[in-house]
Amino acid sequence: MKRYLIPLLVFLVLVGFLAVGLNLKPREIPSPLVGKPAPAFSLPTLAAPDQSLSTQDLRGKVWVLNVWASWCVACREEHALMVEMAKLKVVPIYGLNYKDKRDDALAWLNQFGNPYATSLSDTEGLVGIDYGVYGVPETFVIDKAGVIRHKIIGPVTPATVRDVLLPLVAKLNS
Amino acid sequence: MAEIMRMALGTALGLVMLAAASLAAHAKDALPMSADPALEARVMAVAEELRCLVCQNETIAASQADLAVDLRKQIRIKLQQGQSEVQILDFMVARYGEFVRYRPALNAGTVLLWVGPFALLAVAGAVLMMNIRQRRWLGAAPPPLNEAERQRLNALLGEADTAGASRP
Repeated sequence: MKRYLIPLLVFLVLVGFLAVGLNLKPREIPSPLVGKPAPAFSLPTLAAPDQSLSTQDLRGKVWVLNVWASWCVACREEHALMVEMAKLKVVPIYGLNYKDKRDDALAWLNQFGNPYATSLSDTEGLVGIDYGVYGVPETFVIDKAGVIRHKIIGPVTPATVRDVLLPLVAKLNS
Repeated sequence: MAEIMRMALGTALGLVMLAAASLAAHAKDALPMSADPALEARVMAVAEELRCLVCQNETIAASQADLAVDLRKQIRIKLQQGQSEVQILDFMVARYGEFVRYRPALNAGTVLLWVGPFALLAVAGAVLMMNIRQRRWLGAAPPPLNEAERQRLNALLGEADTAGASRP
C-alpha cells in the first residue's frame, strides 16, 4: 500500500503545481508603479500639437490614462468599451497616443469615435517607458493626489470595467 | 619557414573572416549604432542584463521588438550622459519591476528561486542515500534461524534426503 501511496502523493503535488501554473498569466507582470506617484510628463496634445498638457494640470481629480495607438489591434478591441465608459461621464479618460503618426491617430479616432478628454502624443515612446508600458493597450487609474492606483495590461473587458475600474473610481472620488 | 608563413597567413585569414562575420551580425541586431565601439560594448553589456518584456525569454540585447530597440537607445543616451550601469538598471527596475532583470537579484522574494533547485537536489540525494542503505542492509547476511525454523529446515532437507535415497 505504502509503495503506491508515495508516487501517488508526488503525482498529486505535481498536478497541483501544473494546475496553478496553467492559470498564471505570465504576460501580466505586476507594475512596481502601482501605489507610487504617476511619472510627471508634459506632452503636446494630439488635436493641437502647439498646446500641451502636464500631469500637474490633472492634479485634484481622478483620471484614467489609456495608452493606445492606431497600429495596435487589441486597442480596437477595447475601444468601443472606452467610448461607452466616456459616455457614463464618471471619470475623464486621457489618451496616451503611443509611438504613432499624428495623421493615422486622428483618422483612427474619426473612424472609431473619440472617448478621450484629451489625447497626448508620445511620439518617441519616452513617457511610455516612464510608465513601464510594454504591451499596448494599457490602462492606469490615477487618484486626486496623482498616485497610480491600478494598472490593466492589455485590453479592458466589460467585466474589468464593471468590477474593477468603476468601483475603484467611485471609491477614489468619495 | 614556409610552413610557419602558411600557418600565420591561415590564422590571419581566419581572424579577418571572424571579424567580418561578427561585424555583419552586429550590424543586423543593433541599429542605430553609435560610432564609438567602446560605448556600444557597454550598451550591449547593460542590455544583456535586461529582459525584454514583450518577448520575455530574450534579453533586450537579443530582441528585435520595438520596445527593446527603444530601451537600447535609452541605455545609450544614459551612458552618454555619464550615468553608471547600476543607475540604468535601477531606472529599468523602477519602471518595469524586478522581472526586468535577466538575472534576478537575491532577496527575500527570489530566495526560493535561487535556493530551490539545490534544496530539491539535496532532498533527492537524501532519499537516494536512504534507499541505498536499506538495500545494502537487505543484501547482507540474513538473520540466523530460530529453533522452529531450523527444525522445519531439517525436516525439509531430511525429506529431500530420504526421497533421494529411496530412488534406485
